[in-house]
Amino acid sequence: MTDAPLLKVRDISKFYGARIGCRNVSFDLWPGEVLAVVGESGSGKTTLLNCLATRLMPTSGSVEYRMRDGTMRDLARMSEAERRFLMRTDWGFVHQNPADGLRMAVSAGANVGERLMAVGERHYGNIRETAGDWLGRVEISADRIDDQPRAFSGGMRQRLQIARNLVTSPRLVFMDEPTGGLDVSVQARLLDLLRGLVQDLGLSAIVVTHDLAVARLLSHRMMVMKDGLVIEQGLTDRVLDDPREAYTQLLVSSILQV
Amino acid sequence: MYVAVKGGEAAISNAHRLLADRRRGDRSLPAIRIEQIVAQLGLAVDRVMAEASLYDRALAALAVRQARGDMIEAIFILRAYRTTLPRFGYSRPVETGAMLVERRVSATYKDLPGGQLLGPTFDYTHRLLDPSLLTDQEVEAPLEREEAGEPVMRVSDILAGEGLVEDDGSLPEGHVPGDLTREPLEFPMARDLRLQALSRGDEGFLLALGYSTQRGYARTHPFVGEVRIGEVEVELDMPELGFAVSLGRIQVTECQMIAQFKGSAKNPPQFTRGYGLVFGQSERKAMAMSLVDRALRAEEFGEDIVAPAQDEEFVISHSDNVQATGFVEHLKLPHYVDFQAELDLVRRMRRDYEAAQDKDLPEAAE
Amino acid sequence: MTTADLATYNFAYLDEQTKRMIRRAILKAIAIPGYQVPFASREMPMPYGWGTGGVQVTAAILGPKDVLKVIDQGADDTTNAVSIRAFFQKVANVAVTTKTRAATIIQTRHRIPEEKLTSGQTLVYQVPIPEPLRFLEPRETETRKMHALEEYGLMHVKLYEDIARNGHIATTYAYPVKVEGRYVMDPSPTPKFDNPKMHMSEALQLFGAGREKRIYAVPPYTEVVSLDFEDHPFEIQTFDKPCALCGAQDVYLDEVVLDDRGGRMFVCSDTDHCEQRCASGHRGHLAHDKEAAE
Repeated sequence: MTDAPLLKVRDISKFYGARIGCRNVSFDLWPGEVLAVVGESGSGKTTLLNCLATRLMPTSGSVEYRMRDGTMRDLARMSEAERRFLMRTDWGFVHQNPADGLRMAVSAGANVGERLMAVGERHYGNIRETAGDWLGRVEISADRIDDQPRAFSGGMRQRLQIARNLVTSPRLVFMDEPTGGLDVSVQARLLDLLRGLVQDLGLSAIVVTHDLAVARLLSHRMMVMKDGLVIEQGLTDRVLDDPREAYTQLLVSSILQV
Repeated sequence: MYVAVKGGEAAISNAHRLLADRRRGDRSLPAIRIEQIVAQLGLAVDRVMAEASLYDRALAALAVRQARGDMIEAIFILRAYRTTLPRFGYSRPVETGAMLVERRVSATYKDLPGGQLLGPTFDYTHRLLDPSLLTDQEVEAPLEREEAGEPVMRVSDILAGEGLVEDDGSLPEGHVPGDLTREPLEFPMARDLRLQALSRGDEGFLLALGYSTQRGYARTHPFVGEVRIGEVEVELDMPELGFAVSLGRIQVTECQMIAQFKGSAKNPPQFTRGYGLVFGQSERKAMAMSLVDRALRAEEFGEDIVAPAQDEEFVISHSDNVQATGFVEHLKLPHYVDFQAELDLVRRMRRDYEAAQDKDLPEAAE
Repeated sequence: MTTADLATYNFAYLDEQTKRMIRRAILKAIAIPGYQVPFASREMPMPYGWGTGGVQVTAAILGPKDVLKVIDQGADDTTNAVSIRAFFQKVANVAVTTKTRAATIIQTRHRIPEEKLTSGQTLVYQVPIPEPLRFLEPRETETRKMHALEEYGLMHVKLYEDIARNGHIATTYAYPVKVEGRYVMDPSPTPKFDNPKMHMSEALQLFGAGREKRIYAVPPYTEVVSLDFEDHPFEIQTFDKPCALCGAQDVYLDEVVLDDRGGRMFVCSDTDHCEQRCASGHRGHLAHDKEAAE
């Protein structure tokens, strides 16, 4: 990890009319760091994620991102062209429902290759080779490269979505309940894969989840949200082993009982 | 033996001659006169005026006759004429509150200032074929009521008195209402342009969309605040004179659909509205239009866009029957150059396929 | 009741105000090659999808001294070409020709003439769907953004899928091009055979889409490159045989079914080109039959 944060979040608030989405959230994310945002549904974690990933405009506050050239840029002040470029090169976004992040009527190979073509790659053979390579890394067999994701299982689709996001070697990946909606056994395999990829690639990631097991396995640090506010944050092991807030204690105890 | 096809010109001219013959039909019958169409097929004439966006009964009737009763063809003919007309100016908004009402019904109030007036409606007729229309029987003169003397208040004004319904709304400072027949259409559109498009939109298409909102594809819980049909004055501002000059009266149908209420931290709850305004007597169209207008305001009210009727690009891009009929029917034009290219490709792909099959065969035999 | 007193039309049908509006759109289109300029398309006295865009462009640029040629599928005598030509004769009383060389304005549907166009000529294309991204992304608001931000990755996704499925690019007409290194453009449903003719053409190329309300242009001497991959370069159709009437090679041919026993022949799609060649003595293998028949 270098000594400059990758993402600087200051006092992010989002209101939907009079209702609070999230309020006064601040943190720094460091290169190579995985941050988990946990909470029940309605706690504001997905709103926060969408504000960070510029999918939603926050009501107030700022998000700054360190570009590859080292300069810090305020995301709200970037042009739409710059933001969209960032999103398809330096960032990834893994949706809970893979259908939201994939082109379901386009082959797996083209799904992975799209980002390469978007940044100007024009050699079919190379694109296909890279796509095949990435399918291998997410444990999708090479002979499925020309199949459409609608013929894939839920777990495969999610792995394909991950490959599609990682092919341009992004530095920051946002994940919204990446294991939600999957069977428990499939979840475990996906988590294992994700952990390996994040480590190998030195990715920074922000993972939104209601599942503390996901936070435990993937993240270095975690934030607990309730009613739009961050009520506790710290190193993942510390928060899970020694929760300070009563609400966090409740969350941890409820999962331990399972 | 091949002879290159020639004589497209002669074929066209012969076809049109045949068309003229079929249009005239049995020569032993008198030809139908434009005045008869205006007088006796008035609602057909109204629809043509509405969807051609040109208020001229005689020309609309001529178009109906020329089109042999094909409504969309008639609308098309009249539109193509309208588009060449110079624009002298834009009238003031018509004042439908001051309408000389022939029909006015409200579903939201039992009685109201100005009363309920059924007017010349098909409602409550039993849809039984009427043999008396086979012959030219004497028709009784209609009854006329005494002048009520009471203003026919718009239901929206009654509700607005209590603040229960959103007001007419205002356009941003300096906003000049658009003209979709003169300016390029761009999405997203402002409501003024959207209403213009709906007003000339295909009655059947809007009817189906309005119906879909009632069946759950974007429900808006509508009530007919009122439908009114009658004559309104059209006025034009004359800058030279400093006042507005009346150009005459036109018949219109207006529908105010009262829909689901809405409130926010800033505004107390109140009903919302959908609006329909159409040339001539066309209640079905005005009602369907108001349902679709309300559905299309989903974004304005922060509603989820989940149904076709709420999708502005979908609705407006496909509501114009002149555009739709042209593009659907253009498929009968020759496409043989493109088809040739596809033919060539399919043949080539089949050859590749067969070659691959042949290669596989020996292996299969082993 | 008569309409004789009101049915008067301006030169070339459109009123001058409308023509000026269309000319402004054309000038903008020329200034930004390949960019689709929205314009307030008028209802024309022919149906949408039948060339209303091309007719409006032609009407806006047509002057009394112009010589007009109209082709559909490459031929001057297809019914729609005949009809549009007759329209301009009627409303503009303009000189018409079937000779490519003699025309100052050529309105076309689905073909570019075989004969090289020259400086001073204008080719007006009738365009049904001007948006090359439309079948990948149905939303106008989104496709406009994609053009503005030069997000054309999706275009290559389609070509990638073609190759993955068929081993080669399976787009045969309306084959997308990039104009002057910036805008991806639909060349209208011309066969891709004609794409190379657009590149560095001496003639001005104007595209009108009436129903979709867009005008775009390729000015003379503009780079027009068909999209492809380095290892799957763009290729045009080739025909095994020459034209059966004039013996022309390297031209686009129509397939004509001769009988119910599978008999076919291939003839020039560009009828003027074929006639010119026949007149100067070229003969294909079935030319003799044709003369005998006449």
